[in-house]
Amino acid sequence: MKYNILEVSAIKDGTVIDHIPAGNLFKVINILHLENIENTITFGTNFKSAKLGKKAIIKLTNVFFKDNDINRIALVAPEAKLNIIRDYKVVEKKIVEVPDEIQGIVKCVNPKCITNFEKVTTKFTIVDKKKIKLKCHFCEKITDLENIKRV
Amino acid sequence: MKNRSLVSITDYSKADYLRILDIAEEFEKKSYQNLLNGKVLATLFFEPSTRTRLSFESAINRLGGKVIGFSDANTTSVTKGETLYDTIKVVSNFAELIVMRHPLEGSSRYASEISRVPIINAGDGANQHPTQTLLDLYSIKKTQGTLENLKIFMVGDLKYGRTVHSLLMALSEFGATFYFISPDELKMPTEYKMYLDSCGLKYYELKDLDDSINQADIIYMTRVQKERFSDPIEYERTKNAYVLKRDLMNGVKDTMRVLHPLPRVNEIDTELDDSPYAYYFEQTENGVFVRQAIISLILGLK
Repeated sequence: MKYNILEVSAIKDGTVIDHIPAGNLFKVINILHLENIENTITFGTNFKSAKLGKKAIIKLTNVFFKDNDINRIALVAPEAKLNIIRDYKVVEKKIVEVPDEIQGIVKCVNPKCITNFEKVTTKFTIVDKKKIKLKCHFCEKITDLENIKRV
Repeated sequence: MKNRSLVSITDYSKADYLRILDIAEEFEKKSYQNLLNGKVLATLFFEPSTRTRLSFESAINRLGGKVIGFSDANTTSVTKGETLYDTIKVVSNFAELIVMRHPLEGSSRYASEISRVPIINAGDGANQHPTQTLLDLYSIKKTQGTLENLKIFMVGDLKYGRTVHSLLMALSEFGATFYFISPDELKMPTEYKMYLDSCGLKYYELKDLDDSINQADIIYMTRVQKERFSDPIEYERTKNAYVLKRDLMNGVKDTMRVLHPLPRVNEIDTELDDSPYAYYFEQTENGVFVRQAIISLILGLK
């Protein structure tokens, strides 16, 4: 029997996040706080992708993100694409953009940074948008992609 | 510079550096000037530091100011669990300016965003110590007559040494050529070398401290600390390889000077101290003039 190409079932209304690097699926889930969402979520990973090698997809029923919220995932999935679905049809496509600066979201990797001791909102400038390197506004140390953890 | 905190050396421009050095020169000629006239300044040392604190306090006293503060956080409400936020909020009601040293990195930037009065960073962990950099610049300018196009040798711990990193950033504005001499484990980090590349400046990495130093205008020595080595055998092997001794001085330029941020352990042989090349003690005196200049510029008194 030949498998259908559609490995994750379609949704009626909601958001599909495609082109997530397979290794970062759980980071995306983490950053978007999907563990707190009660709606139906399907996700799959290690799909073949010409661009990424292996990719992951998340489908969220009746969930729609604000641009600011979704751009947070740019750190771990810079090439992610969003399809906004209404009545089984893609009504809008969005790409995430790596912002110049991010506040909150990410913890500074430096264990001696003040932000890991006091109640300070973290702040980073993104000094390398391709490789994703964040420079802490406070301690000036670089947090890179492998070390990104949510606040 | 008026009312602007000095947290990181890159907060100030080349023009600012030169202005500070000019004013410091005025203070060198006449150090006691009653510009602060009884004004109250705070020195908050959450971590002990003899030289830096005394240098700041000397600078404030020579300007006729009064100092409040502490030299050890153990005698303060920090031990009761007070946050840095609260300490800075309170002290900024008591003083016109806060000089602060703290073991955590980024603490000074954070304080500058909370405080009603300007902050001078006197060291935040391994991050920044900009007044040291400015006094290094002053010492280099004073001994070489210029800051432009010098050959700067940096020796020792180039990986963790915050003074060499900040000095490199500052000197990159003046077209310096750098020579890095360090053990493999303590090499200048790539980010700084990339920065020099982006400025179009030349640098060389050398493994041995030898007669290559004959070209040097400045040799900037740093302490190689045992705890930086993952392998103690490697430390034993290298600790004596980066010691500046008198016999290495045979072919150096007459105008060459040796700087060191101090404290020194054994990396400069004491027999060098009375040679014309030793400048590390004068360097500390320059620190007072430079800090006088920074304080009076931030408070708008110059």
